[in-house]
Amino acid sequence: MLRYTLTRFLSLCLSLAVASVVIFFAIEVLPGDPASIMLGVNAQPDTLAALRAELGLDQPMVARYLAWVTGLLQGDFGISYTYRTPVAQMIVDRLAVSLPLALYALGLTVVIAFPVGIWAASRRGSVGDVSIMGLTQLGVAIPNFWFAMLMVLVFAINLQWFSAGGFAGWDAGLFAVLKSLTLPAVALALPQASILARVMRSALLDTLSEDFIRTARAKGLSRRQALWRHALRNALIPVLTIIGMQFSFLLAGGIIIENVFYLPGLGRLIFQAISARDLVVVESVVMLLVFAVILVNFLVELAYAAVDPRLRAR
Amino acid sequence: MSLAEETSATSMALKNRNLLLGGALTLVFLGAALISFLWVPYDVTQMDIANKIKGPSAAHWLGTDHYGRDILAMIMVGARTSIAVAVVAVGIGMLVGVPLGLWAAARRGSLLDEVIMRGNDLVFAFPSLVIAVMITAAFGPSATNAIIAIGIFNIPVFARITRSGALTLWSRDFILAARVAGKGAARISFEHILPNVLNLLIVQGTIQFSLGILAEAGLSYVGLGAQPPTPSWGRMLADSQTFISFAPHMALFPGLAILLTVLGLNLMGDGLRDIFDPKLRRGRT
Repeated sequence: MLRYTLTRFLSLCLSLAVASVVIFFAIEVLPGDPASIMLGVNAQPDTLAALRAELGLDQPMVARYLAWVTGLLQGDFGISYTYRTPVAQMIVDRLAVSLPLALYALGLTVVIAFPVGIWAASRRGSVGDVSIMGLTQLGVAIPNFWFAMLMVLVFAINLQWFSAGGFAGWDAGLFAVLKSLTLPAVALALPQASILARVMRSALLDTLSEDFIRTARAKGLSRRQALWRHALRNALIPVLTIIGMQFSFLLAGGIIIENVFYLPGLGRLIFQAISARDLVVVESVVMLLVFAVILVNFLVELAYAAVDPRLRAR
Repeated sequence: MSLAEETSATSMALKNRNLLLGGALTLVFLGAALISFLWVPYDVTQMDIANKIKGPSAAHWLGTDHYGRDILAMIMVGARTSIAVAVVAVGIGMLVGVPLGLWAAARRGSLLDEVIMRGNDLVFAFPSLVIAVMITAAFGPSATNAIIAIGIFNIPVFARITRSGALTLWSRDFILAARVAGKGAARISFEHILPNVLNLLIVQGTIQFSLGILAEAGLSYVGLGAQPPTPSWGRMLADSQTFISFAPHMALFPGLAILLTVLGLNLMGDGLRDIFDPKLRRGRT
């Protein structure tokens, strides 16, 4: 297990290193000089040069890359060109919205998908199963930002149960936060829950046709008992993989949903940073999202290996 | 395929409700996009402020938007944008991904295989939206850049599915026979492996097509896709947001267009998979 963990960890570091190179150089080709954007068209050449030196823009690209990466490793993400504040602080502020939103959506996804998938699998072929699967087809096909707009119309504008947009902040209390985050979380969760319910159902059905389930049935267990005691655990492996992937979708998917609800999260930050040519912010946010995805995949792989020793041998 | 097999595939296709419904929905939107080249109820670049934000009526079946443009006409022309972006993005994914997958499978376990697959993992680590944001940030928002962004994300999807399909084939007797006959890896890959993974690719292509439509809608919703005045479904939804409380029809119809197109493609993908791979039919309905 230790050897497996180490090789996976090395592979994680390698992926991060390559990703950082890709991100940095992809974003550095952006047209537009941040210093001249900040100072406007009428800037004096010497002021411009001074600002470029201050921001480190006069350094060669490789030197800037190394400085950026060393900073990242020390938790120093640089200074935002436009806000003149540490990027790390900006990201932490925005994560206070985006992370709870993604986790809330993930929670909803699991809470909806598990019962639905298990229920459908245990009643395979029934009218209930067929209708539920039809509904999940709709859930997969629905554009989540459109669904979000419809929910705003019904639950925020007409019924006024939730807020139509904006974020009250954590100081306003949990209730206010839930009021702002519930509709976005539902909008993010719906398509993912539909996918997960389908995966859960087919994983369970696959497991239910295995020999050990037949043995359990022969031993005298009812179909339902066999499902809960034996099939469910074994069906969890594919389900866990999907949940791991979904977390990154939810974190990144927030980019669009945050725009529907005007939430001050990472998604809004990245769009503002792009239009202001605030490269340091764009690079750092993208790197953070990619880091989150790679880290979650790494943890899921470790979780597998812990559950299923056969995987360690590979 | 023998005549008997072909007939049974046709009759299976006719009995497959997913395929029929999905195919019908897809045809409707393909048809709408094609017809829009010849005829649209109104010119989509023509503003008609006197008739702005009108609900559905005999003159405007799906109503008008905030510039008085006909929503039905915009959905028809928007279908072109969505379909074009998704088709080209799937094309990029297949054109690059399939040869990579074939190559990796032919050199299974080699450094090349490892490099290709790790490269794929790396692309997967970038959420597709983030790739799109980076590309449009670098080169500006446009339909072309949306295509590239979605296309890049399709590459590893096709490389993976081709590789895994090809790997199972490489151990089969007919491939061995081809090797004994002296054919090289490249020739075997294209002459024998590719035709046999085509089914997988068609099914995956349908799914990526539908994901492409959703992605394009999302990108143009946040302003990173096709630019005005080119109508696109996502853009129409973005425009409708301000008016949603008193003109919900502006949001309803473009959204339904996206939903039904994606649903149609997904159902079609499921149906095709059932026909190509009867073993899988057990697990799904």
